[in-house]
Amino acid sequence: MLINWYRFSSPVSFYPLAGTAAHVFGVLAALFAGAGLFVALVAAPTDATQGDAYRIIYLHVPAAWMAMFIYVVMAGWSAAALGFNARLSAMMAQALAPTGALMAVLALWTGAFWGRPTWGTYWAWDARMTSTLILLFLYLGVIALRNAIEDPRRADRACALLALVGAINVPIIYFSVQWWNTLHQGSSISLTVAPKMAMTMVAGILIMTAAAWCYTIAVTLLRVQAIIVERERGATWLDSLIDLRPRTGGEKVRA
Amino acid sequence: MSEFLAMGGYAWYVWMSYGAAAVAVIIEVAAVRARRRRAFDELRMSGASAAPATRAGSIG
Repeated sequence: MLINWYRFSSPVSFYPLAGTAAHVFGVLAALFAGAGLFVALVAAPTDATQGDAYRIIYLHVPAAWMAMFIYVVMAGWSAAALGFNARLSAMMAQALAPTGALMAVLALWTGAFWGRPTWGTYWAWDARMTSTLILLFLYLGVIALRNAIEDPRRADRACALLALVGAINVPIIYFSVQWWNTLHQGSSISLTVAPKMAMTMVAGILIMTAAAWCYTIAVTLLRVQAIIVERERGATWLDSLIDLRPRTGGEKVRA
Repeated sequence: MSEFLAMGGYAWYVWMSYGAAAVAVIIEVAAVRARRRRAFDELRMSGASAAPATRAGSIG
């Protein structure tokens, strides 16, 4: 089957696709989260040295990964937005920033509550923790810059530029545990070396990561739909959406 | 059950983490829903087609 992918680079044809995909990924996120939480809190055995405090890493590792991945994806959309002057790409970048910020907050928060019983401190100016805090500030900076600029197309370009410049921070976070020998330990899971932990634990982290991915995709697509409606106001095709939507509350709009 | 909640003495740390994640997801989903509702309300009030169509043929 031949699919004209360019069709989906326009908000008009992307909008209904985003709605369907958001629902599919929302259901997947719920299923993965259910299974992941069961492994994390019930099925996985207590760690020999860390006790049950280690169960926090089932949240911490996926949140930290997502915070970095989302930034990379946001920077990618930003590059596309600048390179092709593409409206929808800029909207995707705009939609990713709040979820990225949320993941960074969760990574820092769960890290603190894991660090206290394990390292003896909630916070240290360790290389990885500091660079993750900078990541959070970059997300907040992109969001604030967006809100500060009236003209959406100018905001697109400014935010894209900031997102791209800030992307230098991602490899710094990733390699920080190798470059600086401060508090945060090295990676426990790697693509090249066998994991340093039990398979149940690895499986739990991977399932929770799948849940986080699906959640991010679902919530970002719902947000980008809202952004499309906000920014495309005046376009005639939006009229058809109003008719589909019940007047009182509800999320019944699928189209 | 109480043994499960006690988390081997680490209840404060474990539940502060999982609780925060749950709250974060609830808040974000509620915020996105509210934003969609607001966007549609404004669209309806502005009478979408009253303004001229601004969609030029640019990519995306």
